[in-house]
Amino acid sequence: MTAPHTAPPGPAGTSSRATRGLGVLSLAGLALLLGYALVWSPPDVAQKDAVRLMYVHVPTAILAFTACAITTVASAMWLRRRSEGWWVLGGAAAEVGLVFTGICLITGSIWGRPTWGTYWDWDPRITSTTLLFILLVGYLALRSIDNEAGGAAPRGMRGAIVGLLLLPNVMIVHFSVDWWRSLHQTATITRLDPTIEGTMLFTLMLGIVVFGLVFAWLLIHRFRVGWLEERAGATGLDQALVERRAEAGLAAAGGRS
Amino acid sequence: MEPVVQLHGAVTLLGRFPALAGIDLEVAAGEIVLLRGPNGAGKTTLLRLCAGLLPVARGQAVVLGHDLANRRQARSLRRRVGLLGHATGLYDELTVADNIHFWGRAAGASPTDIIAALTACGLDGRLAGLGVATLSAGQRRRTALACLLARRPELWLLDEPHGGLDQDGRDLLDDIVRQAVASGATVMLSSHELDRAAALAHRVVTIVGGTTDALDPLPTSEEPVLVP
Amino acid sequence: MFRDASLMAGKDLRVELRSHVTTQQVAPFAILMLILFGVALDPDRGILTRASAGLFWVSVLFCSLLAIQRAFTIEAADGGRDALRLSGLDPAGIFLGKAAAIFVQLGALELVLAAGVVVMYGTEITGLPLLVATCLAATAGLAAAGTLYGVLAAGLRVRETLLPILLLPVLAPVLIGATRAFEAALGGAAADGWPWCGLLAAFALLYTAFGTLAFGTLLEES
Repeated sequence: MTAPHTAPPGPAGTSSRATRGLGVLSLAGLALLLGYALVWSPPDVAQKDAVRLMYVHVPTAILAFTACAITTVASAMWLRRRSEGWWVLGGAAAEVGLVFTGICLITGSIWGRPTWGTYWDWDPRITSTTLLFILLVGYLALRSIDNEAGGAAPRGMRGAIVGLLLLPNVMIVHFSVDWWRSLHQTATITRLDPTIEGTMLFTLMLGIVVFGLVFAWLLIHRFRVGWLEERAGATGLDQALVERRAEAGLAAAGGRS
Repeated sequence: MEPVVQLHGAVTLLGRFPALAGIDLEVAAGEIVLLRGPNGAGKTTLLRLCAGLLPVARGQAVVLGHDLANRRQARSLRRRVGLLGHATGLYDELTVADNIHFWGRAAGASPTDIIAALTACGLDGRLAGLGVATLSAGQRRRTALACLLARRPELWLLDEPHGGLDQDGRDLLDDIVRQAVASGATVMLSSHELDRAAALAHRVVTIVGGTTDALDPLPTSEEPVLVP
Repeated sequence: MFRDASLMAGKDLRVELRSHVTTQQVAPFAILMLILFGVALDPDRGILTRASAGLFWVSVLFCSLLAIQRAFTIEAADGGRDALRLSGLDPAGIFLGKAAAIFVQLGALELVLAAGVVVMYGTEITGLPLLVATCLAATAGLAAAGTLYGVLAAGLRVRETLLPILLLPVLAPVLIGATRAFEAALGGAAADGWPWCGLLAAFALLYTAFGTLAFGTLLEES
């Protein structure tokens, strides 16, 4: 007595022609960026070579915020449509966003060292990015617990609400921190960004594009892995029903004897 | 008249586990139905489903005209039913009277209903002013019953209601159930105390492995099903 | 909805009156925090007085974590969540009622902390209207956001560790705004503080509105 299994739709692996192409493009872009960032663009007048970290720091910051936006939109769509794809997308974007936020913080800190003299200054962007990091950590922690919770109500409601609030929270935090730090324009606190022009501007734009490609590649793969995990879990229902009903068969046989 | 409860092939999941794997059940208005079955069979889950607390994953489930597949209808069903479960939902820090008053008012009961419920469950007088934390399990069960009674639900869902009650309490419960049915309510209860519960019920339904067997008539000298 | 809210708030406050958790445990914790700050930051160097706005609000923040945890522990005992879902109460009313009760309790704690800060840190009260308005707006925001995230964490076994990490980053803007407003008031430059008070009010409105809409859905989590 075997129950029919529903065949899982979606990809069987996580690569496709599109992502292979994207991956190649990203690698080529990274190589080009390395060239420009390390060699061909000039060092800044004030900050010398330290400014080269900007080509990683700024794009990762932008993409971290983008990841939050994606998570919020995905959570909103999940709340409306309840399809698994949105749920998986929210988590995938948050995870990739977390990586990018981490890179942003580390590069920002290293970059700040020669400029400020310390590894940490209460620069508004660094401060609010750190809070963003913790917001993402909390969101992902909640999701992993929510995933295991056996409750009868829709799995993932908690995560969706927190995800929905993620971008608003990030924006409110960023706004308040920025406003707060702008009140303290003393000479010791200087913003990291130097005046950008010419080759530096081009390299920065290139950095944003290239990291955008890397982000997209990571996101697509992470999404597909998550999607496959969901599919693997969902096909068990028919089999589980069979096993559950088998309890009745066994019990009846035991009772009649 | 339309049955109060109509379930056809109802499947309910707890997480990924199908606690109910196909329930077929119809309960007419004014009936008292006893659910019996081994531990883990799904009796509690079935009662919670009929309360509108759980969604139905497959099959059909209509209770008091509310289609349980629709979330909004499931929620609006809840104030029309009363569930007496293993957990009492009482606030330990408050007194008996406070609890009944709160849960009664929450359901829109009038002060008269609340006092009537207090009295009917034998909780007036000294007991009313006691903190719930100091009560015995049986007294808590009675308080929870009074909270249910104050709501005047159309469908009563009782999960092993006799458990923890002394002899007087059990007689009291049976009387209250009979009175409720006499004034138009319908009752579904689960119990392992088959003799007493069977005397109260109009018919018996056996639940095993999350499914319903054939509907049994009232057992006269049938032995209880042994848990395998 | 408001009837349900007042019923819920009344019940929560009655529970507090009977159990004395806020008065016997959280208020002493608040005073303890002030003392610990005093111990950690040498009282003789005037740091405490200068930092009193910030220390006050950090203490309020940590006390609010306790108050929120407590508010939901009450419901968690003995199947309370199912009972609330079955009760017939409007979920928006439940949210507002719970938030209102937390608001009242936090307000009482703030009075205790204010007295503590004045006595122990030697802070002088100036700009009272701004101080009061800030307290009202900030506490409303704390209560609303706290109730929302509190119910999120409530059904989980790891709630004690998860709630702080979820809630405190969200409340960071409240800390920033309230501290800046307090500093402006205490420093005699109240005009600078009112915009921050506006930010706090906007935050409170946002979370009250969102919580009212979302609470019903969140309550459905078992």
